[in-house]
Amino acid sequence: MSEPRGKRAPKRRRHPRSQGSLGGLGERWRTLPPLVRRAIPLAIVLAIALAYPFIVTDLRGLGELGDFFPQLGNVVIILVFTVMAVGLNVVVGYSGLLDLGYVAFYAAGAYTAGWLASQHFQQWNFHFGSVGISSETTGIHLSVWLVLLLAGLFTAVTGILIGLPTLRLRGDYLAIVTLGFGEIIPQVVRNGDDFKDFNLTNGTSGINPIDSPGFGQTLNDAVGLPVSFQQSFDRERLYYWSILGVLLFTLFCCVRLRDSRLGRAWIAIREDEIAAAAMGIPLMRTKTWAYAIGAFFGGIAGAFYASFKSGAFPSDFYFNISVFLLCMVILGGMGSVWGVVAGAVLLGWLNVEGLAVLGSKFNEAAGTNVEIAKYQFGIYGAIIVLMMLFRPTGLIPERRRKRELEEGVHDQSLHAVKS
Amino acid sequence: MAAQAGGERPSLFGALLNRPRPRALSLIGLVFVGVLALWLVVNLIKEPQDFFTVFLIGLTTGMVYALAALGYTLVYGILQLINFAHGDVFALTGLFASTMILTVFGLTEESGTAVVILALGVTLLAVVTFGATVNTVIERVAYHRLLAAPRVALLITAVGMSFLVQNIALALYDVNFRRVPEFIPRTDVFSIGGVHYQWNKLSVILITVPVLLALTWLVQSTRQGKAMRATAQNPDAAAMVGINVNRTISFTFALAGGLAGVGALLYLLQFNIRYDTGFELGLIAFTSAVLGGIGNLTGAVLGAVTIGLIQAFNEGLSWATPGSDWTRSIVFGLLIAILVFRPQGLLGEQTADRA
Repeated sequence: MSEPRGKRAPKRRRHPRSQGSLGGLGERWRTLPPLVRRAIPLAIVLAIALAYPFIVTDLRGLGELGDFFPQLGNVVIILVFTVMAVGLNVVVGYSGLLDLGYVAFYAAGAYTAGWLASQHFQQWNFHFGSVGISSETTGIHLSVWLVLLLAGLFTAVTGILIGLPTLRLRGDYLAIVTLGFGEIIPQVVRNGDDFKDFNLTNGTSGINPIDSPGFGQTLNDAVGLPVSFQQSFDRERLYYWSILGVLLFTLFCCVRLRDSRLGRAWIAIREDEIAAAAMGIPLMRTKTWAYAIGAFFGGIAGAFYASFKSGAFPSDFYFNISVFLLCMVILGGMGSVWGVVAGAVLLGWLNVEGLAVLGSKFNEAAGTNVEIAKYQFGIYGAIIVLMMLFRPTGLIPERRRKRELEEGVHDQSLHAVKS
Repeated sequence: MAAQAGGERPSLFGALLNRPRPRALSLIGLVFVGVLALWLVVNLIKEPQDFFTVFLIGLTTGMVYALAALGYTLVYGILQLINFAHGDVFALTGLFASTMILTVFGLTEESGTAVVILALGVTLLAVVTFGATVNTVIERVAYHRLLAAPRVALLITAVGMSFLVQNIALALYDVNFRRVPEFIPRTDVFSIGGVHYQWNKLSVILITVPVLLALTWLVQSTRQGKAMRATAQNPDAAAMVGINVNRTISFTFALAGGLAGVGALLYLLQFNIRYDTGFELGLIAFTSAVLGGIGNLTGAVLGAVTIGLIQAFNEGLSWATPGSDWTRSIVFGLLIAILVFRPQGLLGEQTADRA
């Protein structure tokens, strides 16, 4: 499933043992067309994901085991981070550009939602497709669905503006510059409540409340869709299915992009910039596209999260988030979409609930009193170091990437030192 | 960056990167420097007394930054690695110094001068050893296996290591700031026209300058220093002429850690330290190294003093000053501007494989 590419002949020699015990099931599985073989696991995962809101209460009631299933609200957060990780994967995984400031795009997206769908700009009154609020309410209120798209576009433009001067730099310098932007933008946000008496970001108190998505009265009357998520009894479920939809859209885009002309150009640049340039790939344009597209998904995720939390606060955006996202990509496997999803879900779960659960279980068992959640970033750091040392291709490696790392087709290195 | 195109990187890529820089860019750079100079001059005329006081503060802070910046520059020179964990090693070493001073020696405000001097001397030695050991261990454990891997892999590992070290400091010292009593009196060394300079500030320079001189001697005149320079230039050729490259790399890390130790102790005597001090400090130090021209030792010191001055001016002057809320943005803005406009830094030479 990790490689839904290519029309290769099925490898028959792989599982010689499975024929006996499973009554030829393995043999029959292998005779299925490749498309079906790839679709079945995907369909199963998708079905479970769609049904999760209905079974979560039962799952959490399973005693000891139940603690490992996250609450629905937390799953929404996990999926928001998954969308960001998949977006970051375009930059880091596909194109090999190390971005240590992805949190800037997250912030840009969240604040776009704050500007376009809240009461923040008291001096204006503009409504377009807003749901669940009186049209008398001051501020700019666009439909949140539209805001998601606009946030993505705004963030993509930000990405291009950041990328244009900096993408000429080589790998490690680029990483530092992105880190710089990742530090500057949150600080601008934090201090941006008084630009010549213009309150842009409302400083440390942040912007809240932010409107929620919904389908409006007309669609509610016609087909019974909820007017506004916030006022619905099923608030978390609605947000959950929405973010699942956003994630599927992101995954679709990223898989298709990878196999496109642009995606092949990214991978070519990652493997060897000089060779790529020699083959006529416009380096700057291709890299800038990677930046813009990675930023686009970061922006959507940021706007969605702001709407879910009904607020955008400067304290949410700090360097650790960038490294957390990078850790997801590295754990899953740089460049491997499904690997990144797996890494993101795992680490996202650890972040919102897992560490607390594991920590309390550990403390119960060992009789200690260690606050494991306090050291979460140390744990992520350790994961990064261990992965880079022992499995740099990630949990579910991308085939190409694996070859690349094993053969070492990158820039100059100190071969002599190995002796 | 243009430097990267020289030497090893051949024609096409070189042609792409070496194309004449648009004149507008250098014009923007000049205008920027001009505005900065104007701002300084206006402040100097309006409040000369403040200006010089702030200048001396900046100089002192800059010297402490220099000790950290040298750690970045030394390691970068030899491995082309931005050792992200260096700032956190600095903080951890500073915390260790606080343990030495407060717990092992139990110094207080009332301790006698002789005791204080002796204890601080021993602490300095211990801290230097500690910093050197930690840094060498990090190199052996984390970076050594990756020396042949792509450079970005090494950088990612360094980021991970930074978090790991930071959390070790968190586990050992918790979230509170650690500070030590003022051992060096705040009495004036001189006071000219209302501009005061205190002993505690002078002491920083009195310690830093000999350390820097010793470092220069070490790198320029000793056998080990020669080996370091050779390895920085070309590790393969260095290995061929019989230099133990591995040992040279370890030595460089130890040297960087030792300098961080000196810096951390001085920092602790001036300010306060907690587990995450190293992150921001590390970035400031790295910016200094880049500003001066990374890989260049004199450049690192010059860059660090410049950054120290910029920070002090920004936080201490009064006319049209953004203030401390914006320090981070200014430092990083400067970093980005240097990398974009002048990646070789103030003193960096355009050598074959170093920008």
